[in-house]
Amino acid sequence: MDVLDLARWQFGITTVYHFLMVPLTIGLSLLVAGMQTAWVRTGDRKYYKMTKFWGKLLLINFAMGVVTGIVQEFQFGMTWSAYSRFVGDVFGAPLAMEGLVAFFVESTFLGLWIFGWDRLPRKVHLACAWAFSTATMASAYFILAANSWMQHPVGAELVDGRPRLTSIWAVLGNNTVLVAFPHTIFGAFAVAGSFLVGIAAWHLWKRSAEEPVWRSSVKLGTWVGVVAFAGLAVSGDLQGKLMFEQQPMKMAAAEALCHTERPAAFSVFAIGDVSRPDCENVKSVTVPALLSFLAHNDFTSEVKGIEELVPMYQAKYGTNYPVDERLGELSGKPIDYVPLLPVTYWGFRLMIGFGAIAAGAGLLILWLTRGGRVPTGRWFRLLALGSIATPFLANSFGWIFTEMGRQPFVVVPNPSGVDGVWMFTARAVSNSTPGEVLTSLIALTLVYGVLACVEVFLVRRYVRGGVAGVLPDHGPGPKPDQADRKDDDVLSFAY
Amino acid sequence: METFWFCVIALLWLGYLFLEGFDFGVGMLLPVLGRDETERRVLINTIGPVWDGNEVWLLVAGGATFAAFPGWYASLFSSAYLPLVLFLLALIGRGVAFEYRGKVDSVRWRRVWDTVIFVGSWVATLGVGLVLTANVFGLPLDANGDRVGSPFAAVTLESLLGALAIAGYALVHGAVFLSLKTEGEVRERARAVALRIAPVALLPLVVLLLLVQLRFGTVWTYAAAIGVALAAFGALARLALRREGQAFALMGVAIACAVAALFGALYPNVLPSTLDPAFSLTVENAASSPYTLTVMTWVAAFGTPAVLVYQGWTYWVFRKRIGTRHIPQVHVPQ
Ligand code: HDD
Ligand code: HEM
Ligand code: HEM
Repeated sequence: MDVLDLARWQFGITTVYHFLMVPLTIGLSLLVAGMQTAWVRTGDRKYYKMTKFWGKLLLINFAMGVVTGIVQEFQFGMTWSAYSRFVGDVFGAPLAMEGLVAFFVESTFLGLWIFGWDRLPRKVHLACAWAFSTATMASAYFILAANSWMQHPVGAELVDGRPRLTSIWAVLGNNTVLVAFPHTIFGAFAVAGSFLVGIAAWHLWKRSAEEPVWRSSVKLGTWVGVVAFAGLAVSGDLQGKLMFEQQPMKMAAAEALCHTERPAAFSVFAIGDVSRPDCENVKSVTVPALLSFLAHNDFTSEVKGIEELVPMYQAKYGTNYPVDERLGELSGKPIDYVPLLPVTYWGFRLMIGFGAIAAGAGLLILWLTRGGRVPTGRWFRLLALGSIATPFLANSFGWIFTEMGRQPFVVVPNPSGVDGVWMFTARAVSNSTPGEVLTSLIALTLVYGVLACVEVFLVRRYVRGGVAGVLPDHGPGPKPDQADRKDDDVLSFAY
Repeated sequence: METFWFCVIALLWLGYLFLEGFDFGVGMLLPVLGRDETERRVLINTIGPVWDGNEVWLLVAGGATFAAFPGWYASLFSSAYLPLVLFLLALIGRGVAFEYRGKVDSVRWRRVWDTVIFVGSWVATLGVGLVLTANVFGLPLDANGDRVGSPFAAVTLESLLGALAIAGYALVHGAVFLSLKTEGEVRERARAVALRIAPVALLPLVVLLLLVQLRFGTVWTYAAAIGVALAAFGALARLALRREGQAFALMGVAIACAVAALFGALYPNVLPSTLDPAFSLTVENAASSPYTLTVMTWVAAFGTPAVLVYQGWTYWVFRKRIGTRHIPQVHVPQ
């Protein structure tokens, strides 16, 4: 394998891993802030218990989100240095803003929230929860603005062969990020919703103590999940329309659409090998004209197929890579403008499918537990715990589709983007030795694997422990001296 | 404008070394100063609320370099690849260890994470020192800004000295911080350790600055180097008199002078090439466009004061000394 392949594997593995933690952090931190607000406003202990229980799981997850995020930030310089040098003028700004505006708030107020339970007045402490949960959203916005610029470069001009920022507002207000942000945030809520439903339903099934806590959590989780899924469908539809306009090849790849069609049918699933754009061996179950609607809001419009798009790309961006030793094995080779079709085709379907399953499972569980009922079968346990995984999978497939669907470009040339601003992925990679990247790929993958086991182990333990596991012990044992309790309180929530 | 951003990045590094310096130091001293489980928890809880905020100084230093000097960011990070991987692994371990060590009540579990904190803190500190010093002394870069030669090009005698210099500083700084933030026996022990190890631990920093002075010397670095020596000496003198707050502040002055000397030696380069001065990255040729720098200046002008205020507030909220009597019983699910 050459440096390019290694670097892509490394980036793919580390980002998908990072994005397992991210949506849970975003969704859960806002929900926990909401629970705490309910407690502060009503004084109902149930909400206090919910805050503590879900808050603990949030923290276990947050730590992993932070440490894997640092790797992401460094990777641009380490493995994609040619990319960083090329786009830094534009792309660095949202990244730096993310740190200065979002990460500082996030980390500082999280620290205050964890350690401030008895130190801060109740309302101030609550404000800390809101500060860090909104900051997670802000960080998502900035990073998505950066990512959207790669999908749809705007707000720049080409000077001496490099994009130069001309308007930061164009970058931050890119129409691509305006729809990618709600889509991603709804995706985060879908994850958090299923997480609540699955775990709380399991506790109900087990007849754990604190039943009201679990009932409220199921209800909250289901509604969050259903609304999120509806939001995903709407925002996803908008994204589809932009994609049709900005990245026609990605659109065709999402459908493995070989021939231009008018009106174009939407393929629900396919039997056979979609990897070759000849389509002769593929039986596809389709809904007539739906793709035309997704792409253009019009059941009769034309959607271009791969066969027609490839020559268009070749005419514009060349048939062969330039001869340049920095391109390694690809130097002088023909450029393959078609993304890996099985990945894009199935990625797109699995994203939608797993999301739909998650929303459906939530509704089913809500109905099964209505009015105090709880099913007793083993299948219910499986349903509850199984549904937790589905939106995680949907999110991963969504990203894999988005990112692999733009290959072979890392910055995609757009009909509506700035002319001339684009970059091949093969050009973006650092001038490292394969050994270096292989070392880090292996080391990071191993460490991430071990940490995944640790996180799952801890989450399971805290899930099983229920509410009792996270509330301070009031059992026997030395209590802090009442006399100096006032200002020398025992630390709560301490490490 | 470019020079202004060079200074901003130097300041971000200063913030990072000063703040995460002590929390690295606490991790490096964990087995030395924490004789039993409760004492170790005291140590970790002194930095509990703040270590993540401290680490963000590094992220922002990196992000600001990316935005203001893309060429610098790209060349440094790709050239020092392997040291940075090691550094990242250390940060990963440390970060999860703080969060996870108290989550299971078992001696073995805690021993594993204590080891991770200890090793991670050492490796990370040495790594920062190594990369920063390698940056000052230069890397073998070609005309494109790519490293020529071995993946270990960043590992030189100077950069190894730099690694020891920053680690030594963090060690003393961490001990001074602990004597400021703890009470009882731990406090006394931290103070004693700081005073005892300082002459040896701070030596590499002094030698490093002498070397910088010899190689790149200007009046500016000369003054800064003297500043480091005076401030460090002052810090220890104050510490001996149990004025821990002043000692801590003087340790801050010391690292400020050290950063001034290192970045002063660097300027107007941002990353010198050891192959040919013509290939060196400078504040001019590595910088972003004036527009980008203007945008970033606005962001920094509003963002930085806010950060200082709320991070300052955090330190105020958690200003009390911590002792073994503040540590609650372990309470985790069985
Ligand atoms: C849509 C949201 C989203 C996306 C696409 C990404 N992240 Fe992320 N990131 C977050 C949302 C987030 C977060 C929710 O804000 C996290 C997760 C856990 C946390 O602590 O904050 C975070 C943490 C986090 C941190 C640690 C912050 C700290 O120390 O507090 C860094 C440095 C990054 N991320 C950097 C990146 C980079 C360079 C990405 C691109 C490849 C990336 N993230 C993708
Ligand atoms: C967290 C959500 C994200 C996920 C899950 C994700 C996923 C992926 C995957 C799977 C790849 C590998 C593609 C391939 O090998 O063909 C990739 C590549 C890449 N992504 Fe993303 N991505 C995410 C966010 C981002 C963001 C926010 C940015 C930029 C700010 C970004 C920039 C890149 C770059 C530079 C590459 C390398 C070039 C390439 O191989 O395509 N990604 N990403
Ligand atoms: C009804 C269903 C949905 C539709 C029509 C839809 C549509 C889309 C489209 C068109 C994209 C690609 C955007 C681009 O590359 O330009 C996308 C990306 C993505 N989808 Fe979906 N989606 C749906 C459901 C879901 C669900 C249920 C989830 C997760 C729970 C999800 C998570 C994602 C993610 C994480 C991305 C990548 C990030 C981004 O580009 O915003 N989607 N979706």
